[in-house]
Amino acid sequence: MEQIIVNGLYLGAQYALIALGLTLIFSLMNVLNFAHGQMYVLGGFVTYTVVAQFQLPFIVGLVASALVLAVVGALVEKFLFRPVIKKSKREESTMLLAAGIAFFLDAVILLVFGEKQRGVPKIIDGVFNWDFIVIMPYDRIVIGFTAIAIIAAFILFMQYSTAGRAMRALAQDKVAATLMGVDVAMYSMIGFALGAALAGLVGGLLVTITGVNLGMGGPASIKAFMMIMIGGAGVISGAIAGGFILGMMESVGLTVLSEYGDITYLVIFASLMIFLALRPQGLMGKPWG
Amino acid sequence: MHNNKFILLALGVIALYVGVPFAIDISGRIDFFYTLTSVALLSIASAGVWLTFYIGRINIGQGAYALAGGYVSAILITQAGMSFWLSLPIAGLFCAVLSVFIGLPILRLRGVYFAMVTLVLTEVMRLVALALPVTQGAKGITSMPLPGELSVFGITLIPDFATLENPKIAFYWMAITIMIIAYAVLWRIVNSRLGHLCRSLQQNEELSASIGVNTAYLRVLAYSISSFFGGIAGASFVSIAQSIYPSSFQVTDSVNFMLNCFLGGLGFVFGPMLGTLILYFGWDLLFTTGQYQLLIYSTLLIMLMLALPNGVLSLFEKKKVGS
Repeated sequence: MEQIIVNGLYLGAQYALIALGLTLIFSLMNVLNFAHGQMYVLGGFVTYTVVAQFQLPFIVGLVASALVLAVVGALVEKFLFRPVIKKSKREESTMLLAAGIAFFLDAVILLVFGEKQRGVPKIIDGVFNWDFIVIMPYDRIVIGFTAIAIIAAFILFMQYSTAGRAMRALAQDKVAATLMGVDVAMYSMIGFALGAALAGLVGGLLVTITGVNLGMGGPASIKAFMMIMIGGAGVISGAIAGGFILGMMESVGLTVLSEYGDITYLVIFASLMIFLALRPQGLMGKPWG
Repeated sequence: MHNNKFILLALGVIALYVGVPFAIDISGRIDFFYTLTSVALLSIASAGVWLTFYIGRINIGQGAYALAGGYVSAILITQAGMSFWLSLPIAGLFCAVLSVFIGLPILRLRGVYFAMVTLVLTEVMRLVALALPVTQGAKGITSMPLPGELSVFGITLIPDFATLENPKIAFYWMAITIMIIAYAVLWRIVNSRLGHLCRSLQQNEELSASIGVNTAYLRVLAYSISSFFGGIAGASFVSIAQSIYPSSFQVTDSVNFMLNCFLGGLGFVFGPMLGTLILYFGWDLLFTTGQYQLLIYSTLLIMLMLALPNGVLSLFEKKKVGS
């Protein structure tokens, strides 16, 4: 039982990071970023390139992932989303664009990094063993705590920095924020870059444990969508809650339901449907975000 | 004016039935039959998605119903020995009924919430197909017979496909016939009282509820019609492929159905048809570029979106305003 909870927390910390980036982009621009999973995979490959090919320390790889993805995110926002949002009659049109970007990133990753599964050597060897009640490799513990530290840093940033305050204001009410002198264009770009950078960071963290391959993008996007549905779209606390809940459900499900075959996700999906029927806006979302 | 339109439409239909096969015969690109058949069938599923757009919902779950329809038809044909022509409407009806049960809770959601939950639905259907014993899991259902003969009172309406020397063209005719019927139905719905009510839902659901429109009933109705189209498309697709797997319709397909609608333009009944044609045909033509296929395709998609964010058919709209 303890093992299940620890596994769930470890998974949840990573999931929450993915969901945070997605929900930040959604709250600022009302864009459902289909390419989020691909950004995460790209982050993994950047870390792989820096660590395994250039032989640099892991932390450099992580920083490189975050920076590359931040640049990608900023460019995507400035040159793609902004003009389309300005010109289109329905804001859903951005979905087509986001899907196009997802395909594009897939193609780029395929051409640049190939279709092979890639991984980097473990950052720390050894396994933590608490009397066979909880067994956890040390590298997973480090990754889990790094993820939690990044989440904490992100919350502090959003809560206390000028940029964070401006972004929260934009998410609440775009018109009012503009009237108060918030530079909408600049902070939308920063927000998008930050969201993408978070996706890149998770990719970089995970490449040490599960490795990374081209096919991981789509399923990661779907999981991220589920998390922000559980927690409520566009709400930071909701994304974190959703991430941990999904991580915990997956961990419990894989243990409890294993005798019935591979139905964990089926059960999670079904319960999500029932949950949404009762509470359409998720745990902490505002109605009709 | 009305007469002119009718003649134009009739010419278009004749071109579809006779002109296109003739052109393919001359060019010798027999593979285009399969491409165009696929376009016709996929555009039926897209028509369903378009109808949910029409009530103001973004539907990324059509792949789920296409998969369900395909499996219903496949199971009826292989295990109950039913004729394909009978299984086709049953598959559609099954999806329509299924969508009522799924739609009742989820249609309360709006905007991205509905979009995300339907996206998840596609994944659910794939997992169900993997888990159920009747669908035979990942092995899928294979080596299904071609559609048999359809006769009423001893008169053969449709011959047995297996006896034909060119089943490709038969499938093509079947696909465009279903497509024309589907779009005629769609056009009729849009230009009826039901269509007006749907437009009122699209614009403001609270307001239309407040003047006495039964919004809950209406959106379930529209969603089930949409799913009916999805089921029909899935079942016919299976009859051509003669096999179905849990991965026959996936999240990518659901997303593509939605993209077809966006690309063609959401304000036009024939938008999804055009969108499917452009996307599927474009993808097919780019096959020769090999490993760069996806790169070129997605770049074109992004460029198209930058240039025409309101769909391809919005080009004609602008001209109208200008003149």
